[in-house]
Amino acid sequence: MNNSNLSDRKFIISAFFIVVVIIYISRLFYLQIIDDQYKLDARNNAFRYRTEYPVRGYIYDRNGKLMVYNEPSYDLIVTPKLAKGADTLALCKILEITRDEYIRRMKKASQAPNSPRKESVFEKQLSPKIYAALQEKLYRFKGFDVQARTVRKYPRPIAAHLLGYVGEVSKEKAAKDPYYREGDYIGISGIERSYEEELRGKKGTQIVMVDVHNKTKGRFMDGLYDTLAIPGKALFSSIDIELQEYGEKLMAGKKGAIVAIEPSTGEILCLVSSPGYDPNLLVGGKERSRNYTKLYYDSLNLPLFNRALTAMYPPGSTFKLIDALIAQQDDLINRHTVYPCHNGYPPMGGHPACHSHPSTDLPGSIATSCNSYYSYVFREITDQKKYPKFEDGYNHWRDAVRSFGPNTKLGTDLPYDKPGNVPSVEYYNKIFGKGHWRSNTVVSLGIGQAELTLVPLQMANVVASIANRGYFYTPHCIKGVGVEKSLDKRFKEKHFTYVQNQLAYDNVLDGMQSCVDAGTGRASKLKDIIVCGKTGTAENPHGKDHAVFSAFAPREKPKIAIVCFIENAGFGGTWSAPIVGLMIEKYLTRKVTRPDVEKRMIEANLIKGTNLLGR
Amino acid sequence: MRKNENSLFFGVDKITVATYALLVFMGWLNIYAAVFNEDHQNIFDTTQKYGKQLIWISSAAFIAFMILIIDAGFFTVFSYVFYAVLLLACVAVPYLGREVKGSRSWFRFGDFGIQPAEFMKFATNLALAKFLSNVNIEVEDTRRKRLSDILKNYKNTIIAAIFLGLPLLIIKLLQDETGLAIVFVAFIITLYREGLSVNFLIFGLLSALLFVLSLVMEQQTLIIVLASIAAVSILFIKRSRKNIIIVAVILSAACGVVLGTNYVYNHLEDHQRIRIDVLLGRGTVNLKKEGYNVNQAKIAIGSGGFFGKGYLQGTQTKYDFVPEQDTDFIFCTVGEEWGFVGSSVVILLELFLILRVIFMAERQRSPFSRIYGYGVASVLFFHVAVNVGMTIGLMPVIGIPLPFFSYGGSSLWSFTILLFIFIKLDANRLVILR
Repeated sequence: MNNSNLSDRKFIISAFFIVVVIIYISRLFYLQIIDDQYKLDARNNAFRYRTEYPVRGYIYDRNGKLMVYNEPSYDLIVTPKLAKGADTLALCKILEITRDEYIRRMKKASQAPNSPRKESVFEKQLSPKIYAALQEKLYRFKGFDVQARTVRKYPRPIAAHLLGYVGEVSKEKAAKDPYYREGDYIGISGIERSYEEELRGKKGTQIVMVDVHNKTKGRFMDGLYDTLAIPGKALFSSIDIELQEYGEKLMAGKKGAIVAIEPSTGEILCLVSSPGYDPNLLVGGKERSRNYTKLYYDSLNLPLFNRALTAMYPPGSTFKLIDALIAQQDDLINRHTVYPCHNGYPPMGGHPACHSHPSTDLPGSIATSCNSYYSYVFREITDQKKYPKFEDGYNHWRDAVRSFGPNTKLGTDLPYDKPGNVPSVEYYNKIFGKGHWRSNTVVSLGIGQAELTLVPLQMANVVASIANRGYFYTPHCIKGVGVEKSLDKRFKEKHFTYVQNQLAYDNVLDGMQSCVDAGTGRASKLKDIIVCGKTGTAENPHGKDHAVFSAFAPREKPKIAIVCFIENAGFGGTWSAPIVGLMIEKYLTRKVTRPDVEKRMIEANLIKGTNLLGR
Repeated sequence: MRKNENSLFFGVDKITVATYALLVFMGWLNIYAAVFNEDHQNIFDTTQKYGKQLIWISSAAFIAFMILIIDAGFFTVFSYVFYAVLLLACVAVPYLGREVKGSRSWFRFGDFGIQPAEFMKFATNLALAKFLSNVNIEVEDTRRKRLSDILKNYKNTIIAAIFLGLPLLIIKLLQDETGLAIVFVAFIITLYREGLSVNFLIFGLLSALLFVLSLVMEQQTLIIVLASIAAVSILFIKRSRKNIIIVAVILSAACGVVLGTNYVYNHLEDHQRIRIDVLLGRGTVNLKKEGYNVNQAKIAIGSGGFFGKGYLQGTQTKYDFVPEQDTDFIFCTVGEEWGFVGSSVVILLELFLILRVIFMAERQRSPFSRIYGYGVASVLFFHVAVNVGMTIGLMPVIGIPLPFFSYGGSSLWSFTILLFIFIKLDANRLVILR
């Protein structure tokens, strides 16, 4: 080989160098531009996303009184890797746990999905005593820290069913909804549940940079990409906290519900379910679950059961009002219509039975609550000539009834909207066979018995529609959300009932008024306020009759429509009517003029000795 | 003009010096970024690495200046002396030097340390150039292809190999510095330019290829494949006895490599075996343990994107996720903060310097200067290729610095001396003519 040949090798060498560099640059192109995985890995390495929890919204009553607020609570958190060498014994003593428990929790905090380098909760919602003791000595427990959260607090121990409670989000929900992470709080029932999105606010995120030892190095871009926690919105409830408290007081020792609605708006004024419980019981970590278990297993009283919204009661005689209205709308009866009553409904041999009373016109039938009268009225409606086929007549009655709310989902702003039941044609076809049942077969529907059921809220809605003379607003318990006090437009929409004949309402209201003035509802009579009411004594297959009383007041420009159900109490006139009277007076005048009645009602204990079969 | 010729810096290649200065400056910027810390922002803070590096840089500039004013003949004449003295120092350092982080390759002076092995590079380059420039004429004269000539050629090759092998073995065996030792392999490029038979390179490359293949493939499969290739080639070549013997020899050599691979592999040190596994993706690589370095390096570079995160904005390098980020893994800082653009510029600058050195080497009249120049290019290229290659997962992790970039006095001094001796030789090429 000569020199010039060897000299050519410079090209090969240079080419080799260049090729290697081209390969490297291509590789860089792939790593830095095409493959995104490394960018993600880098974020996971150096960024920690710290959640800032927003403050949950407060709830006020219709007069601006606080119903729910927050109190700070503290979780003890630990970063296991940094906790090496902490004074374990002292910590166990403060937390009142054993060493084994300490080791168990530490292990849990170190294992997936937790990590020894990441913070996780060691003890939730420290009691004030433990927190105070811990705060002093926290510097001795390396790797431990307290994290501030908030818990709900109720200034008055009332309205537990209505307000609901807040608890940890379920695993399933956390997996489905990206907003929640395990351990987050969520409204589980009541208003807390239905207004969860408004109340919870929005979590904020702080992006913190950490070094390889997980030591915080500062905020990413000085917090440019951080988001602030947005506090939850305040809720302005339509509930009158005084009325609610009074209702719960009156219902003490009784099972049942009181629902009051402002007819002109559909706003719920009170929603009492008895027996209730102190909502403060379902707050906090350990105590919450202990109390919940206790309430849950009280099978005799079912205190967690929200009767006002979900108990399906037969409406009893209060239902007669609807029949009277429909029959008048259809021009089948008028004010002067009279039907025979011989202590019962004659065509069926005196069934349904009735008490002794003189024959009455329409208003009188309401005041005396004649069963026979409304058996006839029911038949008039279902068997009217317009509908040659009985089934069509029945469906007509059923649809007219449903226009007042029964057997529909009202669409309130509370969870668990139970529809109640106005039995369908198919239902009875199944029981009696198609064509084998007629109006007389199911005639007790006319007096609010048989398979007919409503929830108390629906009954209150029926009363509100009568008070309004033909329409209602969907009942709701929040009248404004946030500072702007916005209200969903579905609550501003009038729903008209089947009965628009104003004369029909005059007649029925006359009957209701005389029911209170001189009839079965005398116990609710007030001095200066005209109360329109209707008693009900709902026969009940499980035991003693339920006492029902529906009323509204005053007669002109009604301010309150109210229903009171008391389980197994007997006559509606005896138990429910006085309570309704007291409630109306309390709401309209803010004072009570009949302390003796009040005392008797508060002290009456009707639970003892009754036996509730499984509901 | 005459006045210029008498100047000390007459003939000094300005482009090379400028490139060198640019690389050193960029290197320092990245060291600052890699160890950046809000508490120590003063760039002259000598308790911090960027402060120390400033001292190294200014002393390197002084050394460069000294080299330029010393007569070029000094290096030619004392080539072997340098080689011998530094070789002795390399032998002595494990016994005389102080142990630093388990390494026995340092002489310490207070806060500063010197690794003689670093300087072995330029010394070996000088010695090799001296030797090859003496024997070169003989090599060029013999054009006959008789066996004795081949042996004669090989005699020189073997001597050259000894020049390279001595420091390699001493540094590897006595100091256990694989990174510093393996660099001497780079001089094969110089040897190739000076007439090393291509067969050596082919043999070397094939061996390396077989080594890798036998690690990623089943051994039996590979041997069967090799045997089939041999069988097929016998079908297609002239079946003379000589050819068959050649094929048989090649086949058995190949099989020998394949079979030897396991032996070599199993006798590697654990961390080296793991590094090879990581590179080839053999078995399961635990990204928290053995795969950590390379993975974090790739994350840092990969997260840089096109333009990078901006100077001092790197999170991976600044917060110590990447180990050795100021020395061997300095390229990660470049990749993260300057992105694809920045890292390409750095690689291309290094390439430009290397190609410039080759260009300069080729314009030398004196073989000594040319051979030395190739040595410089080879050593620089080897460092760049291995250092960058390991951070982007194309090379096994070997602890060698990125020329002019990595933190460290010894390596900066060593590269400066290596390069500036050549710049001086190049500046002198015209003087020799006269």
